Amino acid sequence: MRIGAIAGITFKEAKRDRVLYLLFFFAALGILASRVLAILTVGDRLKIIKDVGLASIAVFGVLMAILIGTGLVYKEIDKKTIFTLLAKPIRRAEFILGKFLGLVLTLFVMTAAMTAIFLAIVFAHTLEVEGALLVAVAYIFLELVLVTAVAVLFSSFSTPILSSLFALAFYLIGHLSWGLKLILAKMAPGPGRALVRALYTVLPDLENFNFKTEVVHGLPIPPGIYLPSLLYGLCYTAFILGLAILIFRRRDFI
Amino acid sequence: MRIRAREITFAVDFGPAFLKIEAMADAIRIRDLRKDFRLGFVPRTHKILKGITFSVREGEIFGYLGPNGAGKTTTIKCLLDLIRPDAGTIEIFGLSHFAPRSREPLGFLPENPYFYDYLTAREFLAFTADLFGLGRTERDGRIARLLALVGLERAADLPLRKYSRGMLQRAGLAQSLVNDPKLVILDEPLGGLDPLGRKEIRDIIVRFKEEGRTVFFTSHILQDIEMICDRVAIIVGGRIVKEGALRDLVSERVLFTEAVVAGLPPEAFAGIGESVSAQGDRVLIRILDEAKVDEALDLVLRRRGRLLSLSPRTETLEDIFVETVTRT
Repeated sequence: MRIGAIAGITFKEAKRDRVLYLLFFFAALGILASRVLAILTVGDRLKIIKDVGLASIAVFGVLMAILIGTGLVYKEIDKKTIFTLLAKPIRRAEFILGKFLGLVLTLFVMTAAMTAIFLAIVFAHTLEVEGALLVAVAYIFLELVLVTAVAVLFSSFSTPILSSLFALAFYLIGHLSWGLKLILAKMAPGPGRALVRALYTVLPDLENFNFKTEVVHGLPIPPGIYLPSLLYGLCYTAFILGLAILIFRRRDFI
Repeated sequence: MRIRAREITFAVDFGPAFLKIEAMADAIRIRDLRKDFRLGFVPRTHKILKGITFSVREGEIFGYLGPNGAGKTTTIKCLLDLIRPDAGTIEIFGLSHFAPRSREPLGFLPENPYFYDYLTAREFLAFTADLFGLGRTERDGRIARLLALVGLERAADLPLRKYSRGMLQRAGLAQSLVNDPKLVILDEPLGGLDPLGRKEIRDIIVRFKEEGRTVFFTSHILQDIEMICDRVAIIVGGRIVKEGALRDLVSERVLFTEAVVAGLPPEAFAGIGESVSAQGDRVLIRILDEAKVDEALDLVLRRRGRLLSLSPRTETLEDIFVETVTRT
């Protein structure tokens, strides 16, 4: 109930943020531009539409999560609204979870809106609804949920600018860490391999949520990959939120 | 023998109950509260609270006084678990302040009320009520009553960013009452208000007491505290330097008598009292020795002057405050 009330107020606040609408505008522009790019392309135009559309949803979704998420908790502390809030019988964990869920709800609405435009463009081209696209979007959303948790984590102890940089670094590392997996396969056993293995375990691998290539090119997706990817996303999100709560519980609000 | 047995039964049955009542009589109990902050680029330890101990009894209005930076707000923030103390214990109605449940019977108004300024007062109160899990019907009824209590009915649907400071203070007071609290904590509730606004808030605080609520508040405006407080504590440099009932702290002793006389020169009162100021033919005389008041009156009568006012000045809370702070 209390988490719901905080999530509701967070959603209301995020809805008022102009950055959200600016990013949505560019995302929509990106998705619409895919149609123009497709006209200029020789070959499979549909692939271009799908590729650019999904990439727009992913990139602008992440920007929304980072730019709004990193300011959420910080703003409460900076504007001192948190004093009135935490003076109520609320656990600090409930506050963090409420903030997180409020932003997740905002991103859900935004992703749904971007997807609607995207599906409409694809439908205009093929005159059929492709369910596989929704799978790709669902995993993009799962990635956004994780990035939101990261943004809330940094926001609980740092300024929005630094938090944005940290969260962006997390996102980039997350999309490049699969390289470590390739290195691992080619390394001989030894301390170096153990180090790379440890690094790969700790660092996020956001490619786990990337089904864009398979969906765009119509490649088969092994059914056994869905559940591990989902669990990986949920567990990582829970871990990051746990960390955020731990840090936030120790904070003094001077 | 029977009577004796009865006496014993009485003692056994009611003894613990009495003890329980005694133990529950404190709304707030703070023991040896300590807090250091490490501030600055090269962190240096600043001792903000150096062992604060005091209690606020149920049903009283308790004033917490101190100069700026004495540790008043830090004490309140520790009480509300916004700041974790380094040492000491805090109990709210017998519960440790670390338990979120201890904040259930509590209402809080921060020093400069900061709220979500895009919400209207009604929306903000509804949000606060949701945090306490009030049902929709109960919630709407209570919000209407609170808006009427603080006189914000007509502005209830305006966003809070359009509110004046006084209106924000009243909205803050309303949100602190949403859960019908037994204990109300107000941090500088009178700060920055005009005399009319101060009177309104003062009246509301007195009404709280009549309704059986306990009020704990800090203020710089000592005349206001004097008018409404049952007990006070004075904190200076992180230590409580004085605590007690107002009537025990402030004596009835006359400090000096002020007389405003017209038609006589200031020099006429040499040896009786000191002339503080002269304006036109009016002279303000301060007579320190009570025995010399009659002498001054005689002089005015003899030399055909006019006595405009004569007022004995008894000790006020401000005198005690200034003396305590200066001495410390």
